[in-house]
Amino acid sequence: MASGEHTIKQYDQELESLRARILQMGGLVESQLRMAIDCFERADVRKADQVVDADERVDAEEVEMARLILNLIVRRQPAANDLRLIMGVSRAVTDLERIGDEATKIARAARWIHDKDVVVRTPRIRDIRVSAEAALSMLHGALDAFARLDAVAAAEIIREDKGVDEQFRLILRQLITFMMEDPRTITGSLDTVWVAKAIERIGDHSKNIAGDVIFIVQGEDVRHATQEEIERAISQPN
Amino acid sequence: MDVPIEVSEQPGGAQGPITLKAEVRDLSFFYGDFQSLKNLSLPIYEQRVTALIGPSGCGKSTLLRCFNRIHDLYPGNRYEGSITLHPEQLEILDRAVDPMDVRMRIGMVFQKPSPFPTTVFENVAYGLRLRGVRAKAVLAEKVEQALRDAALWDEVKDRLAQDASNLSGGQQQRLCIARALATDPELLLFDEPTSALDPIATASIEELVDELKKRVSILIVTHNMQQAARCSDYTAFMYLGELVEFGATEQIFLKPSKKQTEDYITGRFG
Repeated sequence: MASGEHTIKQYDQELESLRARILQMGGLVESQLRMAIDCFERADVRKADQVVDADERVDAEEVEMARLILNLIVRRQPAANDLRLIMGVSRAVTDLERIGDEATKIARAARWIHDKDVVVRTPRIRDIRVSAEAALSMLHGALDAFARLDAVAAAEIIREDKGVDEQFRLILRQLITFMMEDPRTITGSLDTVWVAKAIERIGDHSKNIAGDVIFIVQGEDVRHATQEEIERAISQPN
Repeated sequence: MDVPIEVSEQPGGAQGPITLKAEVRDLSFFYGDFQSLKNLSLPIYEQRVTALIGPSGCGKSTLLRCFNRIHDLYPGNRYEGSITLHPEQLEILDRAVDPMDVRMRIGMVFQKPSPFPTTVFENVAYGLRLRGVRAKAVLAEKVEQALRDAALWDEVKDRLAQDASNLSGGQQQRLCIARALATDPELLLFDEPTSALDPIATASIEELVDELKKRVSILIVTHNMQQAARCSDYTAFMYLGELVEFGATEQIFLKPSKKQTEDYITGRFG
């Protein structure tokens, strides 16, 4: 999509550096999320601390990238594809940082559930794991689409979010039934609800990142767009 | 030529229905044997600012100068095709049409502020006198109106009898605009009007353009892309005498259809 080089070479380097950095941040968040899921499944409390530490690095990245983006805008007055790239990266940075926050919530909940030594863990873990893997796959797919600026792949990721939302509703219904059957499990079940909710939010943020890819490539804002509108957006020539 | 977009989606917050002020159709221009414009067609919309952008030598100034027949002043120049002024369908390039008539209705402002070597008042009154206006009161009123429209009145109202060369660069340029406005033109041509001005003077001219477009259609040549992005409703990108792309400014600068256009506005040209 971006073809040829800018007459000002430094500008090219700055844009390339921005692209490299967002992908690095994506990789960091992806591994942070995987750690959080492992930590929850295996009740590995030490891993929980690692997830929290990783989140500090993610937060710092967000601040630094925001600074770089601001600089690019004021110094280069970007237009067209450059401007769409910079705006798309800016939005994706925010969504990645939120995913990091949600991963941290999962790790913290894992710590609490483990500390409470609650019965509730066993029956629901399988569904949580399925939903977590789906969200992780969405994140991975969104970052992959971002790296390749592939709008078609991005549209596919957006479609997957419905599945993650549905899984959350399923888990919630099951947990409610569980809580009604045995009120002693309420505290533990509620902690599990927060984990399920965090996973659902990660799906939403990954969907946003996929939407940013479509914006960068096609110049179409697909936030709040219907499936048909998205199909139309990706089928336009770019 | 079709009017492309609906009233509700107008660029730059423009108001009112979109109508054609002028239409360029299959226009070619020759400096002797050299063809400097190749088969151009584009619309100029009423009460809108249209910007012509492109690298040096692309023909944007050549195109601009077709509108008021300035090329006629030099032998060996030749037009093909047409420029039609609406609503009465006046064929501007037709030999039978008097260039003076055209220039009364289509004013031009140049890059270098070029006041006549006379007083502020006489600069603005010149076009009116040419038209045969002699009554002092009428002249005074029209001169004042033109100076007000050019946002210059307050600064020169006590200096109308002074030589125009005493004014600052920005003031001189606004004086040239007032001079062009005095004859109530329908179309104003600006040829890089702020290239010779500092940023503050530039901003005041751009603000003026924004005000003026409510009354007169504007065609502006600029090599400053940000100026085109700021000031215009429509943008035409030209290269080597051809029109590469024409569209609403927002679309040209956010998502141009042609790669060449995108390369130019993002600084990937050459």
